[in-house]
Order: sequence, then structure tokens, then C-alpha cells
Amino acid sequence: MEYKSTAELLSLAEKENTAISEIVLKVEMEESELSRAEIESRMMENLQVMRDAVERGINNKIESGGGLVGDEALKMQSFINSNPIEKDNIYNTVISYALAVSEVNAGMGKIVAGPTAGASGIVPAVVLALAEKLELGDEQIIKSLLTAGGLGYVVSRKATLAGAAGGCQAECGVASAMAAGAAVELRGGTPEMVVNAFSLALKNMLGLVCDPVAGLVEVPCVKRNAAAASHALSASTMALAGIKSVIPADEIIIAMTEIGDQLPSCLKETSKGGLAITPTALKLREEIFDKK
Amino acid sequence: MSIFEIMGPPMIGPSSSHTAGAARLGRMARLLFAEKIDRAVVKLHGSFADTATGHGTDKAVIGGLLGFLPDDERLKNSFVLAEKENMEYSIEEVKLREVHPNTVLIELYNQAETKELKMIGSSVGGGRIEVTEINGSSVKLTGRMPTLWILHKDRPGEVAIITSILGDHQINIAFMQVYRNRKGDIGSCIIELDQKPGPEVIESLSRSKDIFQVRYLPAL
Repeated sequence: MEYKSTAELLSLAEKENTAISEIVLKVEMEESELSRAEIESRMMENLQVMRDAVERGINNKIESGGGLVGDEALKMQSFINSNPIEKDNIYNTVISYALAVSEVNAGMGKIVAGPTAGASGIVPAVVLALAEKLELGDEQIIKSLLTAGGLGYVVSRKATLAGAAGGCQAECGVASAMAAGAAVELRGGTPEMVVNAFSLALKNMLGLVCDPVAGLVEVPCVKRNAAAASHALSASTMALAGIKSVIPADEIIIAMTEIGDQLPSCLKETSKGGLAITPTALKLREEIFDKK
Repeated sequence: MSIFEIMGPPMIGPSSSHTAGAARLGRMARLLFAEKIDRAVVKLHGSFADTATGHGTDKAVIGGLLGFLPDDERLKNSFVLAEKENMEYSIEEVKLREVHPNTVLIELYNQAETKELKMIGSSVGGGRIEVTEINGSSVKLTGRMPTLWILHKDRPGEVAIITSILGDHQINIAFMQVYRNRKGDIGSCIIELDQKPGPEVIESLSRSKDIFQVRYLPAL
């Protein structure tokens, strides 16, 4: 069994009348010659790293390489905790978790790349916040991470996942699409809804450039992770409501690749364009490099 | 490709391409060199050069040269640790032709400077790497599978001897590349395997008369 596109992944799931995560798991078993239990336990290790990063980020000030970020998740937590009416809003948790993991990443801490480190806050934020809200166990979280992985895998077959080659759409865009699909599965949607959520999330992140200030994975990356995570949740909600993407997922992936190719290199992780060359960014860059 | 390369790996931030990939490239160079590294010259190209300090690319390559994996918390302090290990290093910028934007040229020397390794490799996204040149020969080495790098006499039947030794040990070849610089000179083959070769496999290969070097590179 194998899948090279979201269409193939969906048709396998529908044919076997099972979830996307189950197909992803079966193919991984064949490819890696590992047992179901071994794959699940390996994903469990990833889940633990994600949880640790969230905990660390929401409870501590993080020393990042450039010092441009580090207390955003702390601020979110104190906002949530001091406003009872905000506690129940899942978007607040998603934002806060995404910031937490991204800050840990910026501080050379341990995270799970998903699909890249720059976008590592998105999938854990969506999946962990939803699992808490819906009171789901680790077994279900692991399934949703498999779904996220399978969707990202399809993208990697046809497109790049590097900001330096495809811009931020290839990192935060793809992570958001992976998270949207995972969210649908956690929320009990069908495989078709999973693929639609993936499409809706990715489509609306197309064209996103990678223009980090001073070349650091800090600005705009950390807050963009929070935005992309909330975006994923919105896409999953639309898909669960039965809203479909007019453009099929596999065509969106090709469009993303073409846009990435057309982007000039100054907007692909070289810090030579966009936000990176704004007056404020240039001043910050100078200050950071003077310190070093 | 495994989905654990997409939903993973666990790693030290901040960038899968510029930190984890860089650490893997360093580690691959260390495995290829297979001797105590006395001096390392790290030349960064493209985006690697432009944003090295911010992404910890320099620290990650040095950490990889010290043998650290991408999820090793020691990567952050690799400069200090390199001094402790008496590994001299320098970080430079270079402009290479027709390579991926995230590329590094690593030169390694032993103490007597009698042995050197020159490796060019790129970080191609999500922490995955591709070594494209070893000591002037074009190769394609990803480190995703257990790999053998074998130097042998370039003569008819030599590759068949190698593959039959692997077959005798029930080792399946996933991908294989054969190179040489000049006819009749030293041939070089890179064999990616489905199974890890045990020490007995390496020994059988090494015993073969026209095989000069057998280097096992575990999956990164």
C-alpha cells in the first residue's frame, strides 16, 4: 500500500472504511518494518517532547538567541488566568501553546519539528488544546499526529518544506494544513473533511514569505505560529461544517510549489527583503550583532 | 521516507534546516572521516552564511563534528566543548556554484595533516540532508538509511563481489551508486541498505582483496 497524493490517501481510507491515521500507520508499518506498537510508542515520545515544550514555554521566560521574543506565552497565560470569561475559549489555549513551543524553539530548546522547527508550535498547539478541551486520551492524540504526518508527507512528495526554497508557506502554511487535518480527526470528522480542512488551511497561507528579522527564528516566526495555529482550527471548523475547498488539495500543493519557485530569493529565508529590511528590523539587527 | 521525518524529529531549535540539518551534516562528515578530527574548516554558503549565527548553524555543524545528534542539548555549547576536545575550528563564508541555498563545505584534517576529507552537503528541508560531494567526487548521500561507503579497485566484477557478499548476509540493497574518477583507478560505491550490517558483514567485505576501505555510516 502506498499514497503519493491526498487523493490517494483519501481513497485508501474510504475504500477501507477507516480513518486517515490508520492508513498512514499501515503504510508506515510496511515501509519501516516496525510494529504498530513500535510506531505508536515512537509517536508517544514525540508527544512527550511537545508537552514538555508547552509546559516550559507557558511557565518560563525564555532566553532566545536575539532576545526579540521570550515572554509571549507567559503574557497569554496571565491574560487567560485573570479573565474568567477567557478561560473557556479554545483559541486562547491554542495561541498560548503555539507561542510557548515556538519560544522554546527560539531559545535552542528541544521541540518536535513539524514539518520544520520554525513551524513547530502549530501542530502541538492545536492537537493538545483540542485534546484537553474534548478530554481525549493519548491514543487519540497519537492518531491525530499520524494524520498530520501523513498529510505533510504528501506535500513533501511534491513540494519543498524549506523556507529557503519555498518561503514560509512551505513551513507555517504546511504545518497549519497538517494541524487542520489532525484537528478534524480529533473532532470526529470524516477523512474527506480532513482533506478539506487541509486544503482550506493551506490555500489561505499561499504566498507567505520568509523574511525573518536579523535572520532569527523569532520575528515574525513566533507570533506567526500562533496565527497559523488559530487559522488551522478555523479551517477544521469550516470543514466539519461541510464546507469544501473548491480547489483540490493536490492542486493547491502544486500551486504552492510554483509560487515558491516564483518568489525571489530575498523573500526566502535570506533576510534580504520584506520585514527583515524595515527600518526597525535593520536597527534591531545592528543591535543584536553588536552584542555578539 | 518515514512520517517521522515530517512529524518529527525531536530536535534542538531553532531551525530544522539551519540547526538540525547542519548538525547532521557535521556528523556525517565525522562519520566519513572516521578518525580524530584535529582541525575543521567550515565554509557556509548562501542562506547558511547569511543567517548562521541567528540559527545556531555554526554551533550545530561543530556539534555534529563532535558527534552530537540533532536532539542533543549539548549543541548549544558546542564551541566550548570543541575546545575541550582539542578540535580546532574556523567558520568562514564561501560562494559555491550550482548548489542548494543551504550548503556547507567541510574540510577535516587529522593531527599530522596526512589525512583530509572534503565534503559538500546541503540541508534540503525539515532537517533532511544530502551530501553531494566527497573529496571531489559527486555523490548523493542522505544518511536516511544504514549506508556503506566502499572504495575498491575499479575492475570488472568488483561490484558483483560486493553485492554478493551483502546477499550472502541477507542484507537488501535499497539504493546503490557507483563512481570513479578514472577508468581502472579507485572505484567508490555508496550502498544504502534496508538492514543494519553487522560487524561480520563489514569484516567479510574488508577481507576481499580489492576492497580498500569499508566505512559504515549508521542512519542519522
